[in-house]
Amino acid sequence: MSRISIIIEREYLERVKKKSFIFTTILMPVLMLALMAMPALIIANVDSSVTTLLVVDNNGLIADKLTDTPEVKFLTRESLTVDSALARTDVDGVLVIPHGIIDSRRSSLQLFSNGPSSYTAENAISTQIDKIIENERLKHYNIADLDSILAEVKSSVAISAVRNDRESGEDEIISSGVSYGIGIGMSFVLYMFLLIYGQMVMTSIIEEKGNRVLEVVVSSVKPMQLMMGKIIGVALVAVTQMVLWGILLGIMSAWVLPAIIPAESMADITALRAGNLDAMSSAESIDMVNVLASLTQVGNILGLIGMMTLFLVLGFLIYSSIFAAIGSAVDNIQDASQMTSFAVFPIIFGLIFALIAAADPMGHIAFWASLFPLTAPMVMVARIPFGIPAWEIWLSLALLVTGFIAMVWTAGKIYRIGIFMYGKKPSVKEILRWISYK
Amino acid sequence: MDILQVENVSKSYSSHLALDDVSINVPEGKVYGLLGPNGAGKTTLIRIINHITAPDKGHVSFNGHTLSAADVTSIGYLPEERGLYKKMKVGEQAMFFARLKGLSRSDAARELREWFGKFGILSWWDKRVEELSKGMAQKVQFIITVLHRPKLLIFDEPFSGFDPINATLLKKEILGLRDNGATVIFSTHNMASVEEICDNITLINKSRNILSGNVDELRRQYFGDRYDITFSGDPAALMTALNGVADSFRILEPDQRQRTGISLHISPGASLRDIITIANDTVEISSIRESLASMNDIFIRAVSNDAADATASSIQCQEYQS
Repeated sequence: MSRISIIIEREYLERVKKKSFIFTTILMPVLMLALMAMPALIIANVDSSVTTLLVVDNNGLIADKLTDTPEVKFLTRESLTVDSALARTDVDGVLVIPHGIIDSRRSSLQLFSNGPSSYTAENAISTQIDKIIENERLKHYNIADLDSILAEVKSSVAISAVRNDRESGEDEIISSGVSYGIGIGMSFVLYMFLLIYGQMVMTSIIEEKGNRVLEVVVSSVKPMQLMMGKIIGVALVAVTQMVLWGILLGIMSAWVLPAIIPAESMADITALRAGNLDAMSSAESIDMVNVLASLTQVGNILGLIGMMTLFLVLGFLIYSSIFAAIGSAVDNIQDASQMTSFAVFPIIFGLIFALIAAADPMGHIAFWASLFPLTAPMVMVARIPFGIPAWEIWLSLALLVTGFIAMVWTAGKIYRIGIFMYGKKPSVKEILRWISYK
Repeated sequence: MDILQVENVSKSYSSHLALDDVSINVPEGKVYGLLGPNGAGKTTLIRIINHITAPDKGHVSFNGHTLSAADVTSIGYLPEERGLYKKMKVGEQAMFFARLKGLSRSDAARELREWFGKFGILSWWDKRVEELSKGMAQKVQFIITVLHRPKLLIFDEPFSGFDPINATLLKKEILGLRDNGATVIFSTHNMASVEEICDNITLINKSRNILSGNVDELRRQYFGDRYDITFSGDPAALMTALNGVADSFRILEPDQRQRTGISLHISPGASLRDIITIANDTVEISSIRESLASMNDIFIRAVSNDAADATASSIQCQEYQS
């Protein structure tokens, strides 16, 4: 077995066998799902308390049309004065509807609350009363069959976008909203991977240099082989993690989700895929159907993860070379912190451009940033879910490979000198001069 | 035959000249001392021999051919600054380094068990390196260095950090390796151990080779015609009697049996026989032996002469210029 593969094996096994790796690999997806589900669960459960309101209707037309909602319960009393109502302490508040609210342009209500009033309750009250007042005003026009007319004109549109410029039907039904979410999600995962795994290469080199084991290793392998072995070994760890997540997601997408999604929603998804979903009649909102439809497309999910892994590997090779060069030049992690900005800033810029690209995937910024090797990984994965032309992806990959070769060559030159330099922290100028050494 | 020939090697780092036209020849099957003050360029030379860095100028041949990357499997190197992967288990780590040196997994495992058994450290196999003491880690590192039976072994300060018992054990192992045909390059500041185990030495100072040769010859050369005589009698009387055939007398420290002794240098034209005849008439001689310069003296004298030469030549330069 060649020496570099022995190095790769050590770097890989050392990390994969760690408990923390196994732990995060399995736990992260669970945690992320929990994080995504949390806001929805919180909103759904936050306002279980019912606000009971005593209504004083000086107008006489509104109080009996108020209907109780899950948030608010209305109590109406005939000929109740404001003062006597306010004296009661067994209600949460008193709602006073002023006389002439229907006719006047002034439409302010008063809510006397016996405690903090909630936003959802106020919202429920005002929308309901708005509707009642609107109806009452319409009645002044004396239109026959008003109720049925109103029911007929009521509208609620939702867009179900289907790509027309593609042959394969099933893969292309992702709505732009879902694409946006998936694109940003993938960019963010890539951003984290590049930062975490890139710094892993750097700290590992600093450690080797610090405890002088490096001298022993380079008496058996060339410095360049050691550097490449380390980069490839760590890259394989990242890929392993990505593939395991892909498998977990694939399992969820293929078996878990279909099993837990209600039957009527599944019917909507089937209808959406067939291209004949009626947005009005669906059991869930069209957005939800879109999300579920994308999440249950196993092929699509695996395709995206495959693409992401490809960009992760190439992006990682470039960035880990920069991190490796930095790690080789310094003696300790404190000295490295300033220089890491050379690697960290481009990654952050990549994420910023990715956010822009997800909002406008065909824009100029998105296009150029997805070709520039340092930002390409994050930006391209943000654009891919929208279904961009294949040549752009190929061009971006080719430029990434070129960038990686140039970067590894440069980093190797720095590394080979840097690992034997102890003591004074070198300046960036000095480090760049190492590149020209024979 | 010389297993290693370094010819006119120079190496510089940016503004600093680390090696200046250095040549050494290391004979096969011997222990070769590489001496020199700190920062003289020894480590750079060792790195070049290890094929870690390439010389700017000069040529290195190993075992009759130009040194190449493939030769690293025939070389074992114990650096002065010891280092192992702290989080890795001892056994796994030793396997890793053995395989890097070209051993197969099974060969490495077999050899390792043998060495671990010899050093009585088999029970450490599954320990992490960070759990070991410094001396224990040194033993592991020594085994890693010699495991692949290299033809050429390079030890940089091998005894530092070892207690006397383990240092003796290590010395025995090093000499044993030499007896089995390995050549040893031994870099150290400990001159007593140089006298004890080195056959030849090279002294590097300020990037240059200032002294090379056989240890015994050098010691004789630096302190030639010098003898120690121990006797019963009056040292002053003996020195008076010897005046004319010997000079630079020095009274020796009394030994355990409180015998008197003097050290002397045979004057030019006189012989050891003359000295013995006169001394025998004056005092009762208990021993006469040749006194050799210690490597310590040689080291200090060679380095300070080198410094004096450098000063002298720079003065000459200045005079010439003015």
